[in-house]
Formats: sequence, C-alpha cells, structure tokens
Amino acid sequence: MSKTDVLIKELVTKYGKNRNSLMPVLQGVVQSEKCLSEETLISIARELELSAAEVYGTASFYTFLDTVPRGKNIIRICKTITCHMKGKDEIILALENMLRIKVGETTHDKKFTLLTANCLGWCHKGPVMLVNNEVFPEINVQKSIEIIEKFSKETA
Amino acid sequence: MENKTLKKIDLIFAGYTSTKYKVLEKTFQKTPDEIINEVLDSGLKGRGGAGFPTGLKWKFTKNQESDVKYVVCNADEGEPGTFKDREILERVPRKVFSGMAICGRAIGAKEGYLYLRGEYTYLVPSLLKEIEIFEEYSKQYNYGFKIFIRLGSGAYICGEESALFESMEGKRGEPRNKPPYPTVSGYNSKPTVINNVETFATVQVICKIGAQEYKKLGTTDSRGSKLFSVSGDTPIAGIHELELGMPLQEFVDEFGDGDTKAVQVGGASGHCVPRKQFNQTVIGFEGIPTGGSMMVFNSSRSMYNVLHDYLEFFTEESCGQCTPCRVGCQQLLKGIEAVKRGERPPSYLEDLKRLAQTMKIAAKCGLGQSVANPFNSIIDNFREEIIY
Repeated sequence: MSKTDVLIKELVTKYGKNRNSLMPVLQGVVQSEKCLSEETLISIARELELSAAEVYGTASFYTFLDTVPRGKNIIRICKTITCHMKGKDEIILALENMLRIKVGETTHDKKFTLLTANCLGWCHKGPVMLVNNEVFPEINVQKSIEIIEKFSKETA
Repeated sequence: MENKTLKKIDLIFAGYTSTKYKVLEKTFQKTPDEIINEVLDSGLKGRGGAGFPTGLKWKFTKNQESDVKYVVCNADEGEPGTFKDREILERVPRKVFSGMAICGRAIGAKEGYLYLRGEYTYLVPSLLKEIEIFEEYSKQYNYGFKIFIRLGSGAYICGEESALFESMEGKRGEPRNKPPYPTVSGYNSKPTVINNVETFATVQVICKIGAQEYKKLGTTDSRGSKLFSVSGDTPIAGIHELELGMPLQEFVDEFGDGDTKAVQVGGASGHCVPRKQFNQTVIGFEGIPTGGSMMVFNSSRSMYNVLHDYLEFFTEESCGQCTPCRVGCQQLLKGIEAVKRGERPPSYLEDLKRLAQTMKIAAKCGLGQSVANPFNSIIDNFREEIIY
C-alpha cells in the first residue's frame, strides 16, 4: 500500500466513513501531498464508497483543493481591491523575478508555486500573502523577498 | 427618522470576566422560550449582512419537530473588505462559542459546527484550545453541547448558507433552492440555525447585559452596535465598533482622509455611495445595510478599476450553477472593458444595467442577485470614469 493510501485510510478512520467526511479527507491529503492526483481521488472514492466522479466533482470545485501538481510551498497573494491599492502588483512582480516564474506556475526545483487569491481578510493591513497556511500582513517588496528566502532555506 | 450621531462602542471586544463561561451559567437558568424572547426583544438582526431577525430564526427552528437539530456558525468570511470575524475568532472566541451553546439550548440542538474559511486555517490551533476549555465546562455543568470545526477550501460562495451546508456534506458548494429554508432543512436536511460569527458573539453580549440595555443603542430598525471593517484610503484602517443608524457623512468625517470620493458600503456586493450622497445616507437597515465592510476611496482612485476588480471577483467566484450569474458576470466584465476601449458606445452601459437587473431577478442566490448593487451604483455615479 502506498504512503498516500495509508494516509487516506487514517483520515477516513478519523472522520468516519461517510460523505460528510469528504472535505476533511480531501483537505488532509492536500495538506501533505499538495495535490490530488487521479489515482488519489480514485482511492478516496473507494475508501468512502462514493463514485470517483462525485469525488472529482467536489475536489475540482474548490480553489484550495489542487488537482494539478504544485510546489512544496504555495504562495498566495491577495489581489482584491484594497491590497491592489496598497501595491500588490509590485510584490507579484518582485516574486516573479525572484522565482523566475509567472503567476500560476511552479519553480523548476518544485519548491514554490506562485498564485493570487481573492480577499484574504486583511484589508486593513494589506498587502497580504499566505504561504501555505501562514499569513503575512503588511508586506512590501523587501519583506516579501525575505520571507520567501526564509522558506527557500527551510525547504530541502 | 431618528437622528443618531457617530458613537464608538466597546461591547464585542470587551475583556472576558474572570470566571470562564459565566454568561452561560446565568443564561442556562432560563427556559428555551425565555432565551428566545430575550433575543427577539433585543431586536438583533443577523450581522452577516442580510439582516434577518435572529430571534425569529431561532424560534422557527425550535418549533420544528425533529430529533436532531444543528447550530452552525458561518465563519466563511469572504466578502472583500470584511475582516471582523477573523478578529473576533482571534480575540474573543469564547463569546462565539457561548452564543452557539445558548442557541443550542434554545432550539434543542446537541451539536454546533464552526465553518471556518480555508484562508483562516492558522486560527485552528487556538480555536481548538478554546473548544477544550468549553468542553470542560460543558461536562462540569452538563450542558450536553459539542462544538466541531469544519474548514472551507477557498470558495466565496460557501458563505451562502445553503452552499455552506452542501460543502459540509462533502459536495460542490452550489446553493440550494429556497424554500425550504435552513430552519426547516439545513445541514443533513435537519432544522438548522446558521448565524454569522458576530451574531453569536452579540448574543453573548445581549445575554450578559440584557435586551433592555442593548436596545438602548441604535434605532428602531437597527438595534444595537456593530463592528465595521474599515479599509482603503483611511488613516485609521481597522475594526471599529459603532452604534448603528449614523449618517455616512459622520463616518467619513471620522475615518476619511479628507479627500474621500466614495465609500463602498457592504463589500463588493454592497452599494457604492458617492460624496454628494454622504449626507442623506444612513448606515443601518433603514438606509444601506452592511455586513460591516466599509471601503473608502479618495479622489486619486479610478472607479473603473474598482468596478473591474469587483466584476473579476464575481466572475471567478460564481459557482457556475445558474446561467444568469455565470454568463452575466462574464458579460458585465467584458462589457465595461469594451466600452472603455471604445469598441462599444457609452449607451451600451444601459444594456449592461438591464442585464444586471435581470440577474437580480433571475439568479439563484445572493451572489448573482447582488452584482447589480455595485454595478448600478458605480455606473450611475461615476459614468464618465467608466467611459473615458
């Protein structure tokens, strides 16, 4: 049994074998694997006794449940109006240059994926970005580069 | 109309009492009907934005015959410009859990769920700690109420109550047809009370100080105080608790930077109020209601960019289930881009307004229905900025 299958079994045992557990199970897998591959979705469907189409239908609806491969760290920069007014464009540009990718892409070493997100709920302290589940409000170009450098060092 | 002036209040974030869950102890001595009457009497209306009377919602759910009922706290705070719920859950989660437990007692529910948006996952550890404390008390006093956390995964539409239930049930976050309303058929098709984070926190406040005292704040239509998330061109961005029913002019005098051109009241799905209407606009259910989002724009901002940003937001966040919203959002966005580029005449804006009006009637849920609010208010008041 693969590592992912073990994880799925654990999650299903924890949350219960029913449809209501689907979101927590999908979220648990994404948390550790960063992506829901076709095989993973089929395994989840089998474990919860649902049709694979229904599991894919749910997974593909949600922005944070990625069905395409992502980097080990996912950067999400808020692009909604107040963060826009506070200069999120410069930050995106700086990180694009630093990581040598465009928004939506993943670096060659698979360390980072750069994405934008709709309102992250820090409008009074914009611009703001999420790296994985960690939040960084009131960033500027300099700070954002330092934060990503730190993550880069910590990621083997 | 009653004349209210801007008044700062400190109820929601006021410090905890030294005894944990003291308000619960006091409130649980009352019967469910007494609790519901207290909430009804306070005049509290839902703080998420729609403004349905909270006590009534509870009463309807209580009156449903069912062995299982649920309390759900909507913490899927996704409206652009709103961040008060995050702050409440960070600073005073105990008040929210108290409000949920009080609701559970009133309607006869044994389980409560906090549906937290995925963007706030970092709050989970501290919330779980507070749930542990709650459960200690729950056991000690035999409350028989349990609280669970469920996470969202980055879908704005899941803040719509029936989409939220779908998501909790492991489905795509697509809104259901109404009726039946959640009070009859909500989570797992059981009677459910679903309230906003701030509403539950306010219930705790009401049970603490009493409906009579709470009612002294605000106006006949808008009782009490409410948290405002202030952002944009303001020197004092942040969360401010204010009495309801103040004129927008006073708000701008207090929070503006002296050059305020417009205020977007109620987030992307709310109304844009231009400077010339500040004086006659009241913030409350008798005027422009708000879930708390107040985005302030000064004269250096292009309202075309603001509207463009909102329409991009709706286009991305539309669940795609009903055609008026899915296609309508896209066409409104394409439409203003075409007018800006000169490919369409300015009169095309009238056609677009009619489309927005059609969405208001034909869209299945609040998302598509409310796109007309920002669209029409910005087009009507800043027409030249959209065209040139």
